[in-house]
Amino acid sequence: MSTTIIHRPSTSQSQRGTEESPAVKWILIGLALAFCLVFLLLPLANVFIQAFSKGWRYYLTALSHPDSLSAIKLTLLVAAICVPINIVFGLAAGWAVAKFEFRGKPLLITLIDLPFSVSPVVAGLMFVVLFGLQGFFGQWLDNHNLKIIFAVPGIVLATVFITFPFVARELIPVMQSIGVEQEEAALTLGANGWQTFWKVTLPSVKWGLIYGIILCNARAMGEFGAVSVVSGHVAGLTNTMPLQVEKIYNEYDAAGAFAIASLLALLALFTLGIKTFLEWRQARDYQRAQRAGAAAL
Amino acid sequence: MDHKKFNALPGFGLTMGFVLLYLSAVVLIPFAGLIIRACGLSWSDFFHLATTDRALAAYRLTFGASAIAALTNAVFGTLVGWVLVRYDFPGRRFLDAMVDFPFALPTAVAGLTLANLFSEKGWLGSWLVPLGIKGAFTPLGVVLALTFVGLPFVVRTLQPVLQNLEREVEEAAATLGASRFRTFVRIIAPSLLPAVLTGFALAFARAIGEYGSIVFISGNLPFKTEIAPYLIVMRLEEYDYTGAIALAVVLLIFSFLLLGAINLLEHWSSRFQH
Repeated sequence: MSTTIIHRPSTSQSQRGTEESPAVKWILIGLALAFCLVFLLLPLANVFIQAFSKGWRYYLTALSHPDSLSAIKLTLLVAAICVPINIVFGLAAGWAVAKFEFRGKPLLITLIDLPFSVSPVVAGLMFVVLFGLQGFFGQWLDNHNLKIIFAVPGIVLATVFITFPFVARELIPVMQSIGVEQEEAALTLGANGWQTFWKVTLPSVKWGLIYGIILCNARAMGEFGAVSVVSGHVAGLTNTMPLQVEKIYNEYDAAGAFAIASLLALLALFTLGIKTFLEWRQARDYQRAQRAGAAAL
Repeated sequence: MDHKKFNALPGFGLTMGFVLLYLSAVVLIPFAGLIIRACGLSWSDFFHLATTDRALAAYRLTFGASAIAALTNAVFGTLVGWVLVRYDFPGRRFLDAMVDFPFALPTAVAGLTLANLFSEKGWLGSWLVPLGIKGAFTPLGVVLALTFVGLPFVVRTLQPVLQNLEREVEEAAATLGASRFRTFVRIIAPSLLPAVLTGFALAFARAIGEYGSIVFISGNLPFKTEIAPYLIVMRLEEYDYTGAIALAVVLLIFSFLLLGAINLLEHWSSRFQH
């Protein structure tokens, strides 16, 4: 770049041709902030204000109600089943799709993303069609005294469907960008497949994996539509936290509904916190790598 | 097998086998079940069930509100993306992180808090309801909930494009005497358009299937504030499986058409990056 060096005071108000005038700039910032205030900050703040609108004591009583506790337990159980399965799937899908070439790869990736484009209600309906009383396996299940729909297995299945792509979709691009050289080097040096996976592949995709896991977990704990269709809404038995929020809200106990909702909002904030941390780390590592590259030159 | 010729890595059979097995069990078989059931319907039955007056009213609300919400997000999402990338102001990083909040917040909580905010006694409703703007239990409430749910899409598809935009072109335009406004309309806007359209389509697709947040804020009155996914749930509660399936097929067809459109848009917009 050929630049004439002109020493200007850094506080110069002179406006560059590629910048808006300060008035326009601050009006745009103001509008953006107003929009975010109404649609992001107020809804968030409102959850906690409403949860504590009847005081600490009411908040704690609402949370320690047996139905609330069982909803919390069920939500944790569902996440504890769905997330690990989807982690294993995500790693397997990442390995198969990113490290190998095969015909039909774009089709496979499309199919993995399929649950994203299905309405949660329709996802729930699919499992009712399979396992509901009038469904394909309904009669057989009934004869064997097995219950999937309106019971915990149905909730787990619907949640697995909804959260299916989360880990895989984070891992596939990360693994693709890393390539296969490191694994090949490990194998050449005598490591077996498992050692290569655990000691080479897994550490290299660690952050992408964590990112996928927290997104998967947030969705697994927060899913409403699909779970609502298959749960049967039995308080204390088949109500997850989001469903319990709806039930209490319909009983006109707004503060109680917001109390449980506040836990879910905390989960969302926690998820955002980890996500922001991971992105900050990634940016830092990138800058370090660039600096190291510049130093090497 | 080609991959064995070029690739020394083990585990293709194992991982691919597991992926296909799990994909079939969790996604493909449930999908096939729904399709088989839908194929069991005759054309006239399907048409009759999918186009009842109540269903048509529900589609109108679902697609209308989704379009308005996605359009709102296209406008304000572009604004937020622009402000986050181009300007520095106190709280910028915080705001940038908060943009993903609608992705992280369970939809039921979103619906609950929005319904409360815009109700007569809520923080915003106590100002807006006297002005005649009723957010709770109205079609407007559906739009509000869908705007919240779709908020991150336009911002997040636009940000990388804005970051990669070549400032030199803008400088050249300015040097040649173009006003800032003219530069924006003629130079910047055309390169942002594909990303904005992609974000719009993503927000629209997400909105069509949305259920959790709307249940709380809309009131779910048939013909007035009832969305298509809610009508599916109603059909199921009446044990009217075929009615539910017919509606679900309509929603699925629209989702897939949109998915195809999004793929085309992403292909188009990828030409504008770099």
